Amino acid sequence: MKKRRFHLPLALTWIVLLFLIVPSLVAFPVSVTNQNYLSFPDGEISWKHFENLFSSPEWISSFVQSAIVAFCSSIVATIAGSLCAVGLWRLSSQLGEIVRAILLLPLIIPSIISAMAFYRLWIPLGLIDSYAGLILAHSILALPMVLITVSASLANFDFRLEQASRSLGAPMFTTIRRVIIPSIQPGIFAGAVFSFILSWDEIVVALFISKFSVFTLPRRLWNGMRENTDPTVAAAAVILITTTLAAMLAYNLLAKRASRSTAQ
Amino acid sequence: MTSTALRRFNPYWMLVLPVTAAVALLYIAPIINILFLSVTDPQPGLGNYQKLVESDTLIRLIWTTIRVCLITTFFAVSLGYLVAYTMMHALEGQRRWMLSILMISFWISVLVRTFSWLMLLGRTGLVNETLISVGVISDPIAFVRNEVGVLIGMVDYMIPYAVLPLLANMRGIDPRIMSASRSLGASNLQTFVRVYLPLTKPGVIAASLLVFISSLGFYITPAILGGGKVLMIAEYISVQLLVTVRWGTAAMLASIMLISVLLLMYILNRFMKLGTIFGGDVR
Repeated sequence: MKKRRFHLPLALTWIVLLFLIVPSLVAFPVSVTNQNYLSFPDGEISWKHFENLFSSPEWISSFVQSAIVAFCSSIVATIAGSLCAVGLWRLSSQLGEIVRAILLLPLIIPSIISAMAFYRLWIPLGLIDSYAGLILAHSILALPMVLITVSASLANFDFRLEQASRSLGAPMFTTIRRVIIPSIQPGIFAGAVFSFILSWDEIVVALFISKFSVFTLPRRLWNGMRENTDPTVAAAAVILITTTLAAMLAYNLLAKRASRSTAQ
Repeated sequence: MTSTALRRFNPYWMLVLPVTAAVALLYIAPIINILFLSVTDPQPGLGNYQKLVESDTLIRLIWTTIRVCLITTFFAVSLGYLVAYTMMHALEGQRRWMLSILMISFWISVLVRTFSWLMLLGRTGLVNETLISVGVISDPIAFVRNEVGVLIGMVDYMIPYAVLPLLANMRGIDPRIMSASRSLGASNLQTFVRVYLPLTKPGVIAASLLVFISSLGFYITPAILGGGKVLMIAEYISVQLLVTVRWGTAAMLASIMLISVLLLMYILNRFMKLGTIFGGDVR
């Protein structure tokens, strides 16, 4: 009786979930269409749009640039965010919490405002349209992600281990390297993956602070979407989305393995 | 004096200070500069803010933004409530699938999702083609280049943002309370309306605020699915900066958006900590 009453919300929930996921995947069939305009494959599938994509120097260069920017931003954000998370965790003072709130701001402030701020400052600093400028901006935007994931790991970490290490004479940096970091690895890794994806997908800030010499994949996708109806854009969308999914999958597998090894 | 100050200085500040200084200089300072520009560019004074009452374009712009965000919030939170509620009561295996779908859609690029909606809902998109070939309609329905398209895209994007705080809230509710209500003679519906719903009020408020805050700054979805017909603040700011190069008006609009977002975030923080919301997907 109770079970049957539950059927309707369950069915509706699955409809909502399909509404979330299925439309996002429409780029997959469109990318293998045999037509030359955005359409679904008409009987047979064709890989010509992927061939176009991988023989186009513009798309290849955007792909490489996006990978460089996302990789570097992820490293910078992960190091900076982890340091802050460990510091703030150990400080646990009121001033520390104010600092934490400030460091979380890039997550809260709408990206259009962040884009404006970077744009305005990057011009006099000469960082417009440069790798350094985009990596720096993306690192700042990704910092809160790392701060959150590493802080979550630290919440489960027994701070007496840190005290034991210090009281046995280990200096702060040895304690961090040998005691704290090994125990919060899952959080650090999660932060690294999330900040990679954040930078990989980021478009609003890139629209403002990159123009010619740095032209990331989302940036080229954005132009392609507005200008033409060439299915190559769908193929590029497939690449973008597949990389994100692969990063998430890798994270999930590693997280599962980590939790299994700690359980043993 | 100095030596006690030094001894008081916790060495862990050394980890925090360099990064904080960099963020303050490279991010917080230019944000504050925007607030400053809104009252100084092109000339000092409140001229930019005065346009809010004078210019019909700006009034319409702000009204459109608020309306679209409110409708998005309503639908995203309603559908999100349904999803969160079902997830709480679903079997373990199914719940894990649901959570994975939520996380995947949470992380798929907004650009790709908007592009997908364009391919589906456009004049020659899959939905129109199907409806025409089945014979339901003879002319394509205009789903995009209007507010309907923008709303579909935004609700779709915002549902995971609504589900996460609701889940965090519902996890904390003791199921025995509902059993108690039923054993005291209340029907399932009465238990839901008079016991469960009030208990999830903080979750609903947190979810609504989070969705509304995130919707305010939306740029990609309105720009593409609205096709220039649905102008929201973020797109207007970008046109002001990149096309007409008028920092004053853009800074004024950005300042209003910034202050609203921070104010709402402050209220949200009293209902639910940010870490609680996003903590759910971390572990």
